[in-house]
Amino acid sequence: MRFAIQVNEGPYQHQASDSAYFFTKTALEKGHEVFRVFFYHDGVNNGSRLTTPPQDDRNIVERWAELGEQHDLDLVVCVAAAQRRGVVDEGEMQRNGKDATNIHPRFRISGLGQLVEAAIQSDRLVVFGD
Amino acid sequence: MSTLHTVNKSPFEKSSLDACLSRVGAGANVLLLEDGVYAATKGTAVEPRVKQALDSVKLFVLGPDLMARGLSEDRVIDGISVVDYAGFVDLAAENDKVQAWL
Repeated sequence: MRFAIQVNEGPYQHQASDSAYFFTKTALEKGHEVFRVFFYHDGVNNGSRLTTPPQDDRNIVERWAELGEQHDLDLVVCVAAAQRRGVVDEGEMQRNGKDATNIHPRFRISGLGQLVEAAIQSDRLVVFGD
Repeated sequence: MSTLHTVNKSPFEKSSLDACLSRVGAGANVLLLEDGVYAATKGTAVEPRVKQALDSVKLFVLGPDLMARGLSEDRVIDGISVVDYAGFVDLAAENDKVQAWL
Protein backbone atom coordinates (compact mmCIF):
# COMPACT_ATOMS: atom_id res chain seq x y z
CA MET A 1 0.00 0.00 0.00
CA ARG A 2 1.13 3.55 -0.71
CA PHE A 3 1.16 6.05 2.17
CA ALA A 4 1.60 9.82 2.27
CA ILE A 5 2.61 11.40 5.56
CA GLN A 6 1.98 14.96 6.74
CA VAL A 7 3.88 16.43 9.70
CA ASN A 8 2.55 19.71 11.13
CA GLU A 9 4.77 20.17 14.18
CA GLY A 10 8.44 20.95 14.74
CA PRO A 11 10.98 18.69 16.44
CA TYR A 12 11.34 18.61 20.25
CA GLN A 13 8.24 20.75 20.81
CA HIS A 14 5.60 18.09 20.19
CA GLN A 15 5.55 14.32 19.77
CA ALA A 16 4.05 14.57 16.26
CA SER A 17 7.37 14.31 14.42
CA ASP A 18 8.42 11.29 16.54
CA SER A 19 5.09 9.55 15.93
CA ALA A 20 5.27 10.27 12.21
CA TYR A 21 8.84 8.97 12.06
CA PHE A 22 8.03 5.67 13.78
CA PHE A 23 4.89 5.22 11.67
CA THR A 24 6.86 5.87 8.46
CA LYS A 25 9.75 3.60 9.50
CA THR A 26 7.39 0.77 10.46
CA ALA A 27 5.33 1.11 7.28
CA LEU A 28 8.53 0.84 5.19
CA GLU A 29 9.73 -2.15 7.22
CA LYS A 30 6.41 -3.87 6.57
CA GLY A 31 6.94 -3.45 2.84
CA HIS A 32 4.61 -0.51 2.24
CA GLU A 33 5.58 2.41 0.04
CA VAL A 34 5.81 5.99 1.33
CA PHE A 35 5.17 8.32 -1.58
CA ARG A 36 6.16 11.50 0.25
CA VAL A 37 6.57 13.04 3.70
CA PHE A 38 5.25 16.60 3.64
CA PHE A 39 6.38 18.98 6.38
CA TYR A 40 3.90 21.79 6.92
CA HIS A 41 3.51 24.68 9.42
CA ASP A 42 6.12 24.35 12.23
CA GLY A 43 6.92 20.94 10.74
CA VAL A 44 9.33 22.70 8.36
CA ASN A 45 11.78 22.96 11.29
CA ASN A 46 12.34 19.20 10.93
CA GLY A 47 14.37 20.07 7.82
CA SER A 48 17.03 22.36 9.34
CA ARG A 49 20.47 20.77 9.08
CA LEU A 50 21.76 23.19 11.77
CA THR A 51 19.75 21.39 14.45
CA THR A 52 22.19 20.23 17.13
CA PRO A 53 20.56 18.36 20.02
CA PRO A 54 22.63 17.09 22.98
CA GLN A 55 24.53 13.88 22.12
CA ASP A 56 22.38 11.72 24.40
CA ASP A 57 19.16 12.91 22.77
CA ARG A 58 17.70 11.68 19.49
CA ASN A 59 18.62 13.75 16.45
CA ILE A 60 15.20 14.11 14.85
CA VAL A 61 16.46 15.83 11.68
CA GLU A 62 19.25 13.31 11.06
CA ARG A 63 16.88 10.45 11.83
CA TRP A 64 14.50 11.60 9.09
CA ALA A 65 17.43 12.17 6.73
CA GLU A 66 18.84 8.67 7.35
CA LEU A 67 15.46 7.05 6.80
CA GLY A 68 15.16 9.15 3.65
CA GLU A 69 18.57 7.96 2.47
CA GLN A 70 17.80 4.29 3.15
CA HIS A 71 14.47 4.31 1.35
CA ASP A 72 14.96 7.17 -1.12
CA LEU A 73 12.13 9.09 0.57
CA ASP A 74 10.83 12.37 -0.83
CA LEU A 75 11.05 14.71 2.18
CA VAL A 76 9.31 17.95 1.21
CA VAL A 77 9.17 21.18 3.19
CA CYS A 78 6.36 23.66 2.45
CA VAL A 79 7.86 26.79 0.87
CA ALA A 80 5.50 29.39 2.39
CA ALA A 81 5.81 27.86 5.88
CA ALA A 82 9.60 27.64 5.41
CA GLN A 83 9.96 31.30 4.38
CA ARG A 84 8.10 32.43 7.49
CA ARG A 85 10.34 30.34 9.73
CA GLY A 86 13.71 30.91 8.04
CA VAL A 87 14.17 27.47 6.52
CA VAL A 88 16.14 28.28 3.38
CA ASP A 89 17.69 26.49 0.40
CA GLU A 90 20.00 27.91 -2.27
CA GLY A 91 17.16 29.10 -4.51
CA GLU A 92 15.23 30.76 -1.68
CA MET A 93 18.42 32.39 -0.39
CA GLN A 94 19.03 34.08 -3.74
CA ARG A 95 15.39 34.90 -4.39
CA ASN A 96 14.94 36.57 -1.00
CA GLY A 97 18.40 38.16 -0.75
CA LYS A 98 19.53 36.10 2.28
CA ASP A 99 23.13 35.26 3.16
CA ALA A 100 22.81 31.61 4.22
CA THR A 101 20.99 28.34 3.75
CA ASN A 102 20.02 25.81 6.40
CA ILE A 103 17.98 23.10 4.65
CA HIS A 104 19.28 19.56 5.13
CA PRO A 105 20.43 18.13 1.75
CA ARG A 106 18.02 15.17 2.10
CA PHE A 107 15.06 17.58 2.21
CA ARG A 108 13.73 19.83 -0.53
CA ILE A 109 11.53 22.92 -0.47
CA SER A 110 8.43 22.93 -2.64
CA GLY A 111 4.81 24.07 -2.74
CA LEU A 112 1.52 22.95 -1.28
CA GLY A 113 0.70 21.29 -4.59
CA GLN A 114 3.09 18.53 -3.49
CA LEU A 115 0.79 17.75 -0.56
CA VAL A 116 -2.25 17.64 -2.84
CA GLU A 117 -0.41 15.41 -5.29
CA ALA A 118 0.72 13.10 -2.47
CA ALA A 119 -2.87 12.80 -1.23
CA ILE A 120 -4.10 11.96 -4.75
CA GLN A 121 -1.31 9.52 -5.59
CA SER A 122 -1.41 7.64 -2.27
CA ASP A 123 -3.90 5.15 -0.84
CA ARG A 124 -3.79 6.80 2.60
CA LEU A 125 -2.79 10.21 3.90
CA VAL A 126 -1.83 10.05 7.57
CA VAL A 127 -1.55 13.38 9.40
CA PHE A 128 0.50 14.02 12.55
CA GLY A 129 0.26 17.28 14.46
CA ASP A 130 -0.91 19.11 17.54
CA MET B 1 -16.39 2.40 4.20
CA SER B 2 -14.46 2.27 7.43
CA THR B 3 -12.33 5.02 8.90
CA LEU B 4 -9.50 4.96 11.40
CA HIS B 5 -9.83 7.97 13.70
CA THR B 6 -6.72 9.02 15.63
CA VAL B 7 -6.96 11.02 18.86
CA ASN B 8 -3.70 12.38 20.30
CA LYS B 9 -5.00 14.68 23.06
CA SER B 10 -5.57 13.92 26.72
CA PRO B 11 -9.32 14.06 27.46
CA PHE B 12 -8.39 16.14 30.53
CA GLU B 13 -6.87 18.85 28.37
CA LYS B 14 -8.89 18.98 25.15
CA SER B 15 -12.33 17.85 24.03
CA SER B 16 -11.16 16.09 20.84
CA LEU B 17 -11.92 12.57 22.12
CA ASP B 18 -15.46 13.56 23.06
CA ALA B 19 -15.89 15.35 19.72
CA CYS B 20 -14.63 12.26 17.92
CA LEU B 21 -16.76 9.73 19.84
CA SER B 22 -19.86 11.92 19.47
CA ARG B 23 -19.56 12.03 15.70
CA VAL B 24 -18.17 8.71 14.51
CA GLY B 25 -20.59 6.10 13.32
CA ALA B 26 -21.05 2.60 14.72
CA GLY B 27 -18.25 0.25 13.69
CA ALA B 28 -15.63 2.98 13.48
CA ASN B 29 -12.09 2.36 14.69
CA VAL B 30 -10.49 4.86 17.06
CA LEU B 31 -6.79 4.81 17.95
CA LEU B 32 -5.58 6.66 21.05
CA LEU B 33 -1.96 7.81 20.79
CA GLU B 34 0.41 10.36 22.35
CA ASP B 35 -1.43 12.06 25.27
CA GLY B 36 -4.63 10.44 24.02
CA VAL B 37 -3.56 7.23 25.78
CA TYR B 38 -4.67 8.66 29.14
CA ALA B 39 -8.28 8.09 28.02
CA ALA B 40 -7.58 4.34 27.83
CA THR B 41 -6.73 3.96 31.53
CA LYS B 42 -9.02 2.62 34.24
CA GLY B 43 -10.41 4.68 37.07
CA THR B 44 -10.50 8.12 35.46
CA ALA B 45 -13.41 10.54 35.13
CA VAL B 46 -13.78 9.69 31.43
CA GLU B 47 -13.85 5.90 31.91
CA PRO B 48 -17.69 5.70 31.75
CA ARG B 49 -17.70 7.70 28.49
CA VAL B 50 -15.03 5.43 26.99
CA LYS B 51 -16.81 2.25 28.12
CA GLN B 52 -20.05 3.52 26.62
CA ALA B 53 -18.23 4.13 23.32
CA LEU B 54 -16.97 0.53 23.33
CA ASP B 55 -20.57 -0.61 22.71
CA SER B 56 -20.47 0.79 19.18
CA VAL B 57 -16.85 1.50 18.19
CA LYS B 58 -13.55 -0.35 18.40
CA LEU B 59 -10.91 1.35 20.50
CA PHE B 60 -7.17 0.85 20.23
CA VAL B 61 -4.29 2.36 22.22
CA LEU B 62 -0.66 2.74 21.13
CA GLY B 63 1.47 0.64 23.51
CA PRO B 64 4.76 2.56 23.12
CA ASP B 65 2.97 5.80 24.10
CA LEU B 66 1.50 4.12 27.21
CA MET B 67 4.99 2.94 28.16
CA ALA B 68 6.50 6.38 27.53
CA ARG B 69 4.08 7.75 30.13
CA GLY B 70 4.76 5.04 32.71
CA LEU B 71 1.38 3.39 32.18
CA SER B 72 1.39 -0.41 32.20
CA GLU B 73 -0.96 -2.39 29.98
CA ASP B 74 -2.85 -3.80 32.99
CA ARG B 75 -4.21 -0.29 33.57
CA VAL B 76 -5.96 -0.31 30.20
CA ILE B 77 -9.77 -0.56 30.23
CA ASP B 78 -11.01 -4.04 29.23
CA GLY B 79 -12.09 -4.11 25.61
CA ILE B 80 -9.45 -1.65 24.38
CA SER B 81 -6.76 -3.36 22.28
CA VAL B 82 -3.12 -2.40 22.78
CA VAL B 83 -1.22 -2.13 19.48
CA ASP B 84 2.37 -1.29 18.56
CA TYR B 85 3.45 0.80 15.54
CA ALA B 86 3.08 -2.26 13.28
CA GLY B 87 -0.51 -2.53 14.53
CA PHE B 88 -1.01 1.19 13.83
CA VAL B 89 0.23 0.71 10.24
CA ASP B 90 -2.06 -2.33 9.84
CA LEU B 91 -5.05 -0.31 11.08
CA ALA B 92 -4.24 2.51 8.65
CA ALA B 93 -4.04 0.00 5.80
CA GLU B 94 -7.18 -1.97 6.76
CA ASN B 95 -9.39 1.12 6.99
CA ASP B 96 -10.32 3.13 3.91
CA LYS B 97 -9.03 6.40 5.34
CA VAL B 98 -7.34 7.90 8.36
CA GLN B 99 -8.79 10.95 10.09
CA ALA B 100 -6.67 12.75 12.69
CA TRP B 101 -8.67 14.67 15.33
CA LEU B 102 -5.97 17.29 15.86
